[in-house]
Formats: sequence, structure tokens, C-alpha cells
Amino acid sequence: MTVCKTLWKVIIIKLAVMFLVLKIFFFQGYLDNKFDNDVQKYDYVIDQITNITN
Amino acid sequence: MTTIDFAMVDWSRAQFALTAMYHWLFVPLTLGLSFLCAFYESLYVRTSDEKWKRITRFWMTLFGINFAIGVATGLILEFEFGTNWSNYSWMVGDIFGAPLAIEGIVAFFLEATFFAVMFFGWDRVSKRFHLFSTWMVAIGSNLSALWILVANGWMQNPIGMTFNPDSARFEMSNFMEVLSNPVAISKFTHASTSGFLYASLFVITISSFYLIKKRHIDMAKKSIAVAAIFGLISSGMVALTGDEAAYEAAQVQPMKLAAFEGLYKGEANAPLVALGVLNPSKKPGDDQDPFLFSLKIPGLLSLLANRDSSFVPGIDDLVYGNSSEGIVGANEKIEIGKNAINALADYKSARKSGDVEKAELALADFRENEKYMGFGYLDKPEDTVPPVWLSFYAFHVMVFAGTLLPIMFLLFIFYTMKDKVAEKKWLLNFGVIGLFIGFLASQAGWIVAEVGRQPWAINEFLPVGVATSNLSTGNVQITFFMFLILFTALLIAEVKIMLKQIKIGFEEGH
Repeated sequence: MTVCKTLWKVIIIKLAVMFLVLKIFFFQGYLDNKFDNDVQKYDYVIDQITNITN
Repeated sequence: MTTIDFAMVDWSRAQFALTAMYHWLFVPLTLGLSFLCAFYESLYVRTSDEKWKRITRFWMTLFGINFAIGVATGLILEFEFGTNWSNYSWMVGDIFGAPLAIEGIVAFFLEATFFAVMFFGWDRVSKRFHLFSTWMVAIGSNLSALWILVANGWMQNPIGMTFNPDSARFEMSNFMEVLSNPVAISKFTHASTSGFLYASLFVITISSFYLIKKRHIDMAKKSIAVAAIFGLISSGMVALTGDEAAYEAAQVQPMKLAAFEGLYKGEANAPLVALGVLNPSKKPGDDQDPFLFSLKIPGLLSLLANRDSSFVPGIDDLVYGNSSEGIVGANEKIEIGKNAINALADYKSARKSGDVEKAELALADFRENEKYMGFGYLDKPEDTVPPVWLSFYAFHVMVFAGTLLPIMFLLFIFYTMKDKVAEKKWLLNFGVIGLFIGFLASQAGWIVAEVGRQPWAINEFLPVGVATSNLSTGNVQITFFMFLILFTALLIAEVKIMLKQIKIGFEEGH
């Protein structure tokens, strides 16, 4: 069943690009990357939403 | 003070729109084709006619290709939440956690488990268990969509939650209220039935192509017979659920309704614009006619929005207020919203300094004003208006296509019953373009839903400009173009693999 093999190849390449390239190098969580714990994340977000201006 | 980089916000929005629209190429086909496979297989099990088995296996192969290429494209949206929309992500984590976890654990596993049996179990399990698996894949796929649309519905109508200023998060106070959110229900039913319709068109388009080429005539006719009936029933359901979606928009997002109808001045017994060309220089609050040309159906918009002939607010009423109709203008809401944000800032600093009394007062002040918190981030009342031209034309393209398609299904049913469908070349040509009409309607529907709710990420609580992360525009541009290349490559792969299978047709060995 050649279509099956082709699809597995597409799936594996896609998942590899998504998780080994995009996620690691381009889509690290912004807050996770910047802060160590939830208290720091809260402080940042509450600052953002109370000090923002257009 | 942090300033909003609107270029970055727009690129983040463009990236999200690109990903979501691409994801939506695969999803409707999964939702609908899974049921069509279940129908075809049910006919095989009932009649033991091998032709139905070959039909089932052929459409199942195309379903598998679509599923394989589309699988996990939705995860990219989650990557974007965490990276580009970190304020939003933090604030809604508690609300989205439950539905998305249920989606992942129950629906996806149900789908994935039976998916293996459906594809690889033809000669390994009994006929009835195989059929049961196919039905489970269809139900599981649609259950996945339910949980995603519960999350989306909450953004359009945030209920069953309270904002906790100690965590800066919207916290779920009533799961059942979130689950039974009328906007979520109407979104789920409308999106899933439109998926059924889209998949019916997919079958009709390919089968019509076979009939034009005089290949697989019996199989193509049988495929069309089932798909046309399913498509016609789905069209009726799409119309009913669309009516419900418009009614819900009128109740909780009246600006969206006014924008997609180009209604600037509200009125009782409001007409629905059947056809129109917008005046490009029209601005909220001016006296210009909103249309260069329009064809209106009297009273229909009031009926759609309120289920009677009562007043439907227009853009000007919602922006500038209308005291005779009891509508508060955006200016007043902006003031209230600014009070809420200031009270939140006071609460934060009082808590930090340990001043309990001041914190309690600030919290009470915040609670009094939080209803319009999101408005406090806007500069001027006109900022509450979504892009009218895009909402208007997308809505009318969707409705026009939605009106055309049931006629097509009826014609296919009529000529199938007369056993003349293979002879009607004009109908088969119409059938071949059916999928593209459906594609246009389907994407236009999402534009209406998502562009129409601007400027909000969470309706009236959080504008998109405040929901984003502090990234540079360049970063977002790079990933936008990376996605564009990745998605285009995947789309080319899907089309090539599908065309190859379509060329083989209903042969043995699928």
C-alpha cells in the first residue's frame, strides 16, 4: 500500500519540522522562556494589562 | 507605560488567520467525510454488496490522506497562543484548560483508537466491529470539534467565569455554563453541519468528474446518491444553525451583526441587504449613504436578529449611544473601562504595600466597573467597529453560496431518481465546481465570525492589542513566512497524493 507509506513519511517529516524546529527554535512559550515561576508571570501580565496604552 | 506595536499585532493576527484558515481546509472534510464513510459502510454491511465496500474503501482512502496531512496542524495554533499571544494565554488558561484537555484525552483518543481499526482492520475484525469503528471515528472527530468550539464560543461570549485580580486570570466558575454557552452550541452545530455539506460537495465534485470522463459510472452514481441526500439535509441544518448564530450575535455581539449587514443607523423592522455595494468613503457618524447600491428585503433583519419586528441597533447607535433605545455609547464604556483598569492597578499596588483596606476599596471599585474593562484599552469610540467591508462581503458571499448549494443537491437527487444524472453534463460541470463554492462559503464563514468580533480577543474584556506578547515585528514576520512555505508544501503534497488516488479510482486495493 504505497499511499500509506507516503502518508507516514509526510506525517513524520511534518511532526519533525513542527516539534524539532518550530517549537524549539521559534515557538518557545514567551512567558515560560522569560520567567521561572507563576508569581513572576502574574507580575508581568498584571503589569502589562494595567500599564498599557495605545 | 507599555505601548502597543500595532504592526506586530497585525502580523500576529495575520499569522493566526493563515494558520486557522489552513487548518480549516482539512477539518470540515474530516467532520463530514467520516460520516459519509460510515453511511457507505452501513450500506455495505446491510446489503453485503461488494460495490459498497469498494466505494467505502475509496472514500476512506481520501479521508485518510486528508486526515494524515491535516493532523496536528491545529497544534501550531497552540504554539502561537504561547508565543505571540502570551497575555491572552495566561489570562484564559483556566477556562481553556478543561475543554482542550477533554478534547485531547477523550475525543482524540476515541478517534485515534478506532481510526487504526478503520484503516487496518478490514480483514482482521468482524464486519460489524469494523462498521462500529468507522462510526466511532465520525463521532470522535465531531466531538473534537465540539470542545474547540466551546473554547471559541467562550471568547465570543465569555460566561461562567470570574476575573481573579490575584492571578490575572479568568477562572471558570461554572463548567456547565461554559459548555452550554448558546454561542458555543450555535458555533458547533453551524461549523459541523457546514463540514457535512463541504464533504458532500467533495464527493459530488470527484464523482461528477468521473461521470464526465465516463469512468466508474456505477460507483460514482451510487456515491452521488448518498452525498446529495446528506448534502441537502446538511444544507437545511446549516441554514437553521446559521439563523441561530445570527440571533446569538444580535444578543451578545450586536456590533458584529451591524457590521456584516452594513447597518449604520438602527431601525425597527430593519431590512436585510440581499445584495449591495458598500460606499467606500462611509465612516461611522457621518451622513453618507452606506451603500452605492443595495437590494433590501423589508423587515428580515429584525426577524433574524430579534425574531420579531423590533429595533436592531446600527453601528452609529453602538458607537455613539442611543438613549431612546437604552443603548450606552462606547465613549461611556471607555470611561468605565478606564476606571476598572485604574482600580486594578490600585489593587495591585495596595496588595504589594500590604494596605488591606485600600486593596478592598480598589477591588470593590474594580468589580463595579469590570463589565466594560476591555473598553478602557481603546482610544476612541470608533475603535469598537470591526472592518465593515470585509465582514459585509464575507457574510454575503457565504449566504449566496449557501443558497446556491441546496439547489445543486436537489438537482442531483432529482436526476439520480430519474437515473439520468450521468447524461446531464451541465449538472456534472456544476458538480465539479461545487467543492470550490463550498470552500469559498466555508472560509467566508470564519471571516464573518472572527473579523466581525474585532477588536476583541475576548469579547468586551480583552482587545487583541493587549492580548499579544511583546515581540518584535520582524520575529513574527519570519515565522509567518515559514508557515506560509510549510503550509504550501503540505497543501501541494495533499493535492498530489489525492490526485494520484483519484486517478486510480474505485479499484481494488485501497
